[in-house]
Amino acid sequence: MADSTPAHPPWWHNRRLLPWLVQGAVGLTLLVVIAFLLGNLVRNLSAAGLLLSWRWLGQPASFDIAETLLPFNASEPYWRGLLAGLVNTVRVVLLGFVGATVLGTVVGSASFSSNALVKRLARIVVEVIRNIPLLLQLVFWYFVVFLALPNGAEAIQLPGIVLAKSGLFLPGFEAGLHWSGPTLVDGIWQAPLRFTPEFGALLTGLVVYTGAFIAEVVRGGIASVPKGQWEAAASLGLGAFESLRRIIIPQALRVIVPGLNTQYISLAKNSSLAVACGYTDLYSVAETSLNQTGRAIEVIVILLAAYLAINLVISLVMNGLNRLVQIKER
Amino acid sequence: MGPIQRLRKDLFANPLDGLVSVLLLSGLAVAGYRLLHWALTQARWAVIQANSTLLAVGRYPIEQQWRLWLLVALVAAASGLSWGVLRGLPVRDRPKTTLWPSNDRLAAILLVFLASWTPALLGLTLAIQARWWTLTALVLLMRWLAGRYAGRFAKPAALAMPLLWPLLYLLGMVLIGGGLGLVTVGANEWGGLLLTLVEASFAILLSFPLGVLLALGRRSSLPMLRWGSIVYIEFIRGAPLITLLFLGQNILGFLLPGGLAPDRVWRAAWILTFFSAAYLAEAVRSGLAAVPRGQLEAARSLGLSLPQALGRVVLPQALRVALPATVGQFISLLQDTTLLSLIGLLDLLGTARSVMANPLYLGKSAEVYLTLAVLFWCCCAALGLGSRALERRLSPPSLSR
Amino acid sequence: MPFLRKLLPKRSLTSTLGLALLLVSCAADGGGGGLQSQKIDLIKGRAKLICGVDGKLPGFSFVGSDGAYSGLDVDVCKAVAASLLGDPAKVDYRDLNSSERFAALASGEVDLLSRNTTETLSRDAAGGNGLSFAPTTFYDGQGVMAAAGSGVKSLKDLAGKPICVESGTTTELNLADRMREIKATYTPLKFQTGDQTYAAYLQGRCLAVTSDRSQLAAKRTSFPDPAAHLLLEEVLSKEPLTPATTNADPVWSDAVRWSVYALMQAEELGITKANVAAKLAQAKANPNLADLRRFLGVEGDFGKTLGLPADFVVKEIAAVGNYGEIFDRNVGPGSKLKLDRGLNRQWSKGGLIYSPPFR
Repeated sequence: MADSTPAHPPWWHNRRLLPWLVQGAVGLTLLVVIAFLLGNLVRNLSAAGLLLSWRWLGQPASFDIAETLLPFNASEPYWRGLLAGLVNTVRVVLLGFVGATVLGTVVGSASFSSNALVKRLARIVVEVIRNIPLLLQLVFWYFVVFLALPNGAEAIQLPGIVLAKSGLFLPGFEAGLHWSGPTLVDGIWQAPLRFTPEFGALLTGLVVYTGAFIAEVVRGGIASVPKGQWEAAASLGLGAFESLRRIIIPQALRVIVPGLNTQYISLAKNSSLAVACGYTDLYSVAETSLNQTGRAIEVIVILLAAYLAINLVISLVMNGLNRLVQIKER
Repeated sequence: MGPIQRLRKDLFANPLDGLVSVLLLSGLAVAGYRLLHWALTQARWAVIQANSTLLAVGRYPIEQQWRLWLLVALVAAASGLSWGVLRGLPVRDRPKTTLWPSNDRLAAILLVFLASWTPALLGLTLAIQARWWTLTALVLLMRWLAGRYAGRFAKPAALAMPLLWPLLYLLGMVLIGGGLGLVTVGANEWGGLLLTLVEASFAILLSFPLGVLLALGRRSSLPMLRWGSIVYIEFIRGAPLITLLFLGQNILGFLLPGGLAPDRVWRAAWILTFFSAAYLAEAVRSGLAAVPRGQLEAARSLGLSLPQALGRVVLPQALRVALPATVGQFISLLQDTTLLSLIGLLDLLGTARSVMANPLYLGKSAEVYLTLAVLFWCCCAALGLGSRALERRLSPPSLSR
Repeated sequence: MPFLRKLLPKRSLTSTLGLALLLVSCAADGGGGGLQSQKIDLIKGRAKLICGVDGKLPGFSFVGSDGAYSGLDVDVCKAVAASLLGDPAKVDYRDLNSSERFAALASGEVDLLSRNTTETLSRDAAGGNGLSFAPTTFYDGQGVMAAAGSGVKSLKDLAGKPICVESGTTTELNLADRMREIKATYTPLKFQTGDQTYAAYLQGRCLAVTSDRSQLAAKRTSFPDPAAHLLLEEVLSKEPLTPATTNADPVWSDAVRWSVYALMQAEELGITKANVAAKLAQAKANPNLADLRRFLGVEGDFGKTLGLPADFVVKEIAAVGNYGEIFDRNVGPGSKLKLDRGLNRQWSKGGLIYSPPFR
């Protein structure tokens, strides 16, 4: 340390001034950088004749979307197409939540099984799934599993259910109250309820991958419950499953719910990988729209806004749920 | 307890467990048999054999590939060295362990076992097989040498180790990209595993300091820093990576003056860095939260300046707590590099997909994807293992079992 | 509100704030600058032309096992590089997929897009993609390919069936239009890249695949059993495949335009890769051959007015040959594709290849 300390500390040691200097410097740098980037953006955009405009949203999209919950055809405007894409995203995300939660809970609780084999297997499966990139798993499910299914009459047929290359066909009510199952009409399966292989591959991939992460969350939650609670449950004469269901899980939820929030959000974001297996989600429609219109900035703003909104809704619901769980505990 | 008894307790404690065990075991046996049957008789591994160079390094010029071999050799030597030093150096407050603990022996045997038949199975030429054997020998030799003599040179070894890898990294980048008298090989000629590793390592190295700064900024008492960090972190974390990569590829060119925007390979690397930094910041923040506030105050009251107090007292503790989450983020970053294939870069997955575009290999995608999965799994699992080993080493004695 | 705030996590609020900031900043306006020929200076400065190509389409742009690019689109890149930089090898190729190509061009990542891109009004218009198209280098039409045994004979047979198509292409839009015309519903299965599209088709997910006829023919040659796939007679649309630059730099666009015209004019004048040196000597020796002298840059300053060297035509032809030679070598009789010249004959032989006069 320097031993010649001046009587008055220099101005850069001034405790009151320093924070403001630092902030001023940071703020100024940020401002300059942002101004520089925006200036370039505007200059380059006007040079390319692409200055911001939202009019294109009202023009006919003139492309079709394969499977939509929201009816859509090529003569409808872009915003309808983007909305249809959003609905498709929400559809896979919601089903993904259900699937991943169920799978994750089962596998996560399995690591507390009294059977050592089940316990080990659950851990191994989770470790394998978590260490393989999701995108790789998605293309695997689509190109290797779903597209390798037999088609037409050779399709896998169970009572009322058909699994073929062209999709999963389920029975349902058709034209009012007429219950009907899948039928083969000149080589092509038809059924009231149908899931395409693209959707199937995406959903399977998301459910398996997120399920593995949720299994870890569930395992951590259960592990956070003191051992005494297990012993107490056992002394009440409850079996392993019953004690899990009645004693352990309700307490573990305190830890599990915040963890689930993270996983749900990552599932929603990961659903944008749908392009890899041919499912038309919001990202896919946005990419096509960009291509037809060249409106890169507008499209990216729409994309970011949509995903932020989805995350917001998930956080909102999960925080509500969290409060419910926490109150219960008191 | 004898093995039979233990098996009985583990698997057949009650009738239900027994039933489940029998079902699972038979299921596993059938699945294992079918997988082996497929891998050995039905799968056509020619697609991997024929494209092994492409998958490894992409379109990297053949006459320059010796540089990559040299790099691999250096990395092998450095890994052996670090491994040995890690074992050879005494850990404070802990009894000296043997030079070859059973874990290490197992690892060495596994390494030799893998190196002896994997190259042959992949149908590599004898010359290249020999190279892999030499590399394995090099790792083990360095491991032995370092383990044997590290204790004698404890001080210089402890000083040199942290410098070894950064230096090797810089040297590696020169070997890969050229410069310093070597022919330049442009980034758009890198591909396959090489590109994946370059992108991942670049992003990991740069995102770490950036993430620490962001985490400190988020906990700063200065509103400008705090809000700047919060907006950045939450904005990045709210968007899917693919939209950010898309933004990088499609909009970055508009944001910078003509010709200044980096090459698309580096552009993607920077996007990965910025993306990962936001997540790392959250990991580090949880570590910071675990350090009692009194630590900072105590350090300040001892006369340390704020940067000194943070750097010497708070961060070391925080980073130790944040280590598992940090490595978890690195692992997911490595996995996220596969998304580069969606924006037209030829990373490992991108190369694999363009290989499969060749109708010659139609319907052979299972072989390719399985190989990739094994590769990724090994890399990620190795990172995870390394993290756990480091965690054990770093944990203060009072906290370790 | 307090309730909402309690329920809403802080980060959601801030991320919304961040987005709002982005929106506001995007709405800011500013003046544009007049650009002269920054692009040409830039390319000369780095001594490399960056050319956006497909990279996976035999005959048009394809990477051989030796790592070298070849094809009709690639030769256009080489020709432009030769005319501007004097060396056909000074090209960096960027593989672009159909959905990223325009952004790559607009943001200046590539100087020239030579990637079997269809010229259309909306892509050309300043209010659309804002591209500037060079002369068409390949007149094509959209076709449909289906398995020979599938019984599909015309577009009508595809009603209600899945059809594979690359997303972000004009083919995707034309397909939608044609199917609407014949009032047939269908399932468009869209993939980001050609690779995935043909993989899904070959694995039997779609009954048919649609694309430019030349592309279908090119891809079919690489299928395991080319004879098992049938190109339908129907042509769905006009597909003039054209190199493009942006509207931003008219000097550069003109340089590209006339570099491409020169290839066509050379064929018309009978100047080939083999005889260009002799023709040049002939022009230099004989002051009466005014047309030839102007074309080869012996006389006048055509090159200079375009921002190119005076002898750009000579350099180009010496590097890649004339249009006819390029066609024959890459997609015509000299190639695996063996496509007929068809519409791509010279205008004097009933085709559409027509260069305006070099005057």
